[in-house]
Amino acid sequence: MADTSDIKKGFKMLIDGVPYAVVEHQFVKPGKGQAFIRTRIKNMMTGAVIDRTFRSGEKVEKADTEERTMQYLYPDGDSRVFMDTRSYEQLRLTNDQLAENIYYLMDGTECNIMLFEGRPIGVTPPTFVELLVTETEPGFKGDTSSNTTKPATLETGLQVNVPLFVNEGDRLKIDTRTGSYVERVKG
Amino acid sequence: MAAPADLSPLDVLKLRARLLRSMRRFFEDRGFIEVEVPTIVPSPGLDFHLSAFEVNDPHGAHVGWLATSPEYQMKRLLSSGAERIFQLAKSYRADEKSVLHEREFTMLEWYRAHATSETVMRDTEELVEHLATSLAKGESPLLRTAKAPWPRCTVEHVVREHAGVELDTLTGNDEEFFRIWVDQVQPRLGSDGPVFVTDWPASMASLARLKPNGMADRFEAFLRGVELCNGFGELTDADEQRRRLLRDQAERRAAGKPVYPVDERFLQALEEGMPESGGNALGVDRLLMLLVGADSIQAVMPFPEDRL
Repeated sequence: MADTSDIKKGFKMLIDGVPYAVVEHQFVKPGKGQAFIRTRIKNMMTGAVIDRTFRSGEKVEKADTEERTMQYLYPDGDSRVFMDTRSYEQLRLTNDQLAENIYYLMDGTECNIMLFEGRPIGVTPPTFVELLVTETEPGFKGDTSSNTTKPATLETGLQVNVPLFVNEGDRLKIDTRTGSYVERVKG
Repeated sequence: MAAPADLSPLDVLKLRARLLRSMRRFFEDRGFIEVEVPTIVPSPGLDFHLSAFEVNDPHGAHVGWLATSPEYQMKRLLSSGAERIFQLAKSYRADEKSVLHEREFTMLEWYRAHATSETVMRDTEELVEHLATSLAKGESPLLRTAKAPWPRCTVEHVVREHAGVELDTLTGNDEEFFRIWVDQVQPRLGSDGPVFVTDWPASMASLARLKPNGMADRFEAFLRGVELCNGFGELTDADEQRRRLLRDQAERRAAGKPVYPVDERFLQALEEGMPESGGNALGVDRLLMLLVGADSIQAVMPFPEDRL
């Protein structure tokens, strides 16, 4: 059993059977009173962030979580299949669990899979991925400076706003944290 | 004055020197004498929520503890006839570390014999106004709001106002009180300028006497959610003080915490007659932090522990 002295950023704990990750924490103590650890914690299943205050020294249950690097293989019905490239072990995450991360999965994309009690609960794709433009209005040659953008659809179905010079068939670098266009990739 | 983010170690040293000089002048002008009491003491105080560093000699034999405050020895000075005393005391609390806590910090502690907690509250607000004026030269955000007198509210009032809770429903449940206090009450105290909070529950009287209304004659000042000081109308009844210390020892023992000795010479001083007195302990590092608008005490310390 862990206690509040183990709490630091990223510490994973179990509350009512749900794993939470510590986002922020602060020691608070009235001069003549009980010390507490005030935390902001993230529900690892839903992403919801809540505030929680622990009595200093209070026991907390460490969540049995593990992060593994796995390769995306292929879609299978409502799920996506991933493989551990060392053990060849395969597991699947549902499209619901993947949420918008589904748009960053290409054959062979290396992702970090979060496992809770051995079951996959979430995925972190690479920070940047490169995706092909499959649909957009024709570009205007030479327009590289304007801040005007237009919508584009990429090969995974992701919709992004791109500069006017981008054409169908271009490769774009996308920031998966924000889902936004970074730059056009040469070649 | 430089913005807090730009304070160099030399700026910090100069600021602290000015602050300490202004504090000394304030008290000397009011007839106080500066005293020095030891930091290695036979009992560091029995307060349930404080934890002390033990001091051993090079052979591993116990010598004492580092004082969590200079209170016992300063009260012995009151009993021996000193009437107005102040001290800038290094104090040590073993388990406290945050943007508002260092394990070694500077406490300004003062006592007035033949005085009440109200007199000491007046000292406090005049002191802070004096320091804001002399230190900040009109640039401190504190200057506008720190003018004496400061509002006085009871604990009952602020708990009701900020948490919607009636204090008497928390009787006997100090942990719940403090949880509500740190989450809902304290962060909102002093947002418009310093405020005194008085009349603490009797279970939190510590070394304060009880008032006729049954509450502790204890006050704290808050500014922008930061606890700045803790003062008492002092308990002078030796028998009552001994009962409280024995109860504190029993509670520490039951909780598996280190049980520090009862300081018999402190109790003896009360038996011999300590005058009715008021006293206050004020965090010097926190005050300087607030005066210059810094967001941690480490920003106004030349050598916080993490930079040692």
